[in-house]
Amino acid sequence: MTQIILDKQIAQDDWVLVADDATLSGNKEVINFSRWNSAVDTDKADLIAKRDAGTLGIQLNAGDTADLLAQDSQGFALINVDFPKFADGRGYSAARLLRERYGFSGQLRAVGDVLFDQLFFMMRCGFNAMAMREDQDLELAVKGFETFSAPYQGDVNDARPLFRRRG
Amino acid sequence: MYVYDDYDQRIINERVTQFQDQMNRYLDGKIPEEEFLPLRLQNGIYIQRYAPMLRVAVPYGMLNSQQLRALAEVARDYDRGYAHVSTRQNFQFNWPKLEECPEILAKLAQVQMHAVQTSGNCIRNTTTDEYAGVVAEELVDPRPYCEVIRQWSTFHPEFAFLPRKFKIAVNAVPDADRAATRMHDVSVQIVRNEAGELGYRVFAGGGLGRTPILSSVVREFLPEKDLLTYLDAIIRVYNQFGRRDNKYKARIKILVKALGVERFSEMVEAEWAHLKDGEGKLTQAELDRLKSFFTEPEYKTLAANPTSYSDALANDTAFARWVERNVRTHKKAGYAIATFALKQKGTAPGDITDRQLFAIADLADKYSFGEARTTHQQNIVLADIEQEKLYDLWKEAKALGLATPTLGLLTDMICCPGGDFCALANAKSLPVAEALQNAFDDLDYLHDLGEIDLNISGCMNACGHHHIGNIGILGVDKKGEEFYQVSLGGASGEDASVGKILGPSFARDRMVDIVRIILDVYVAERIEGESFIETFRRVGMAPFKTAAYPAPATA
Ligand code: HEM
Ligand code: SF4
Repeated sequence: MTQIILDKQIAQDDWVLVADDATLSGNKEVINFSRWNSAVDTDKADLIAKRDAGTLGIQLNAGDTADLLAQDSQGFALINVDFPKFADGRGYSAARLLRERYGFSGQLRAVGDVLFDQLFFMMRCGFNAMAMREDQDLELAVKGFETFSAPYQGDVNDARPLFRRRG
Repeated sequence: MYVYDDYDQRIINERVTQFQDQMNRYLDGKIPEEEFLPLRLQNGIYIQRYAPMLRVAVPYGMLNSQQLRALAEVARDYDRGYAHVSTRQNFQFNWPKLEECPEILAKLAQVQMHAVQTSGNCIRNTTTDEYAGVVAEELVDPRPYCEVIRQWSTFHPEFAFLPRKFKIAVNAVPDADRAATRMHDVSVQIVRNEAGELGYRVFAGGGLGRTPILSSVVREFLPEKDLLTYLDAIIRVYNQFGRRDNKYKARIKILVKALGVERFSEMVEAEWAHLKDGEGKLTQAELDRLKSFFTEPEYKTLAANPTSYSDALANDTAFARWVERNVRTHKKAGYAIATFALKQKGTAPGDITDRQLFAIADLADKYSFGEARTTHQQNIVLADIEQEKLYDLWKEAKALGLATPTLGLLTDMICCPGGDFCALANAKSLPVAEALQNAFDDLDYLHDLGEIDLNISGCMNACGHHHIGNIGILGVDKKGEEFYQVSLGGASGEDASVGKILGPSFARDRMVDIVRIILDVYVAERIEGESFIETFRRVGMAPFKTAAYPAPATA
């Protein structure tokens, strides 16, 4: 099992991303959004059942905006947001929208090209889990959360901008 | 001017610590080159042709004398004795050592300066009118709003990795636009509605570069407290839907154009509906707090045009000429706004030495409440000079080589660093600027020509704003040789427009001739009192074309 960061601690990952044509086992598995989106009838009913049982996660890939999932997000135990490149910042908006607008309260995980210097922004946008790129040092990473103490903007953790907090 | 409190200072200090750590990890080989790139960019460091370039933010162009001295020290101690004022009102250092940049930033943090978000695909330094707060025509002082934007945009967690860089400009003067706002990704025009309430007309989708476009109106009137939530909405739409597959199509201007401004506005409005009454809405207390930093200095009650001043004007024509060009009317009687044109013959436009910087700091303390401003034309302004003291100021400035009386004239050019420094250049731009400065050094001729913007860029990226120069010069590569394309009719003010190409490009050694031919056509065609751009708009391209490309028989 690989290690991830979960709630600012190093943790074991017990989820697996499965191929679009794989049969689901009923264990903790993550499917791509496109599979969810194109499923119909009994297939969809099966996915919904697994989601509601807490054994199905979903992954938003590049170009999958949060509004496509919207309130459907709520039942999932896990949503992955993929960062195809660290310079691709779409996932930050997706995370905020899932948390702030669509009421998602499960595990929100950044996956893909996830590097040390993005973690603080990710946390502020509502990610509570990060599967970092393989070469990253997780011990160092968990220390990096304390970089900035009082940001200017409101965020998912505290909606009040500094001007509403300034003493 | 805005003064940091503990929060602001801590945020900047923490940034310096973070960057020192990133630099250490990079130098230890723990961060590979391509990952260090966005990190250094977000701290203002470009790698140019020969050396790194450090760009320091000058928020909306405001500097105090302490900051000027710190910049002078950096130029002296870490660079080659000079610095450069950029076309976005920032300061640039061309020769710092990469590993010394964190140290420079630590030093600047002590005077409340930083390089945060001066490059990279994030929200950049906000710019505004260099005469903010000192001209009678402005609706309100735009600087508190710029500071609102500066704080909101600094380390915005959602918008650190946009498709492309993002620039915002603010203007509060109804009939003038000294900040070229319509060339920005977003421009905020401060206005009053029919009920007399303060708010903003918001534009989006302007920009230069490969596809020059003026911004379009997204919302006619946005109430004062809604500024930040609306900006959040615009940029959230852009962050999700802006193109990321091609960096030349990634600016918001391309998205706005592709969707059409109506559709784009609808998307922004739909997003904003969710945000507008949230915690991000500005409070009266915050607006009042920020406005309290930009109250008037302790002006004296003075009579306009004192005798000593009129005498100096009458007796010293060189002084009178400088006043005519470089001094503007102040909103307070007996005061004036003076601009030092950083366009001396023999130096690159916008370059300034450490000695001049120290001296400007002293002049600011002595004559102008200790403050100065940078301009997007790469000049420096002292905004609050008593008319009575202008003559003394001029004499001191003259001794420093800072009193060139050419503001707004042909030789007050905008020019990018070009092939001498920049790795992206197609052609050098500084030698063209220098040749023009040498060829057109007759002050009577320059004054007779009147106001002309001549802008030079070394490539399509348009750092030198060539599209919006009345005369624009663009470096192009023609089978490995440096050539220059000329465009005419661009303008950056209230009546902004994008220039049109004159015709095939020219070799460098023909540039002085070509500019002279263009000027001769203007002089021949103009009717009394017409500026270059007015003549061009009346007569069109044809006479210029004919003169620049004579028929083959005579060529
Ligand atoms: C030497 C290092 C430099 C490099 C590598 C560089 C690179 C670039 C690039 C790639 C762009 C185009 C961005 C786009 O696609 O929109 C750009 C735009 C720009 N640069 Fe530079 N630049 C440099 C120096 C400067 C300097 C010294 C100035 C100011 C004097 C400057 C001012 C600008 C401005 C104003 C734009 C914006 C044009 C627009 O709005 O589209 N740059 N630069
Ligand atoms: S316009 Fe081109 S040559 Fe000039 S500084 Fe910008 S990127 Fe370099």
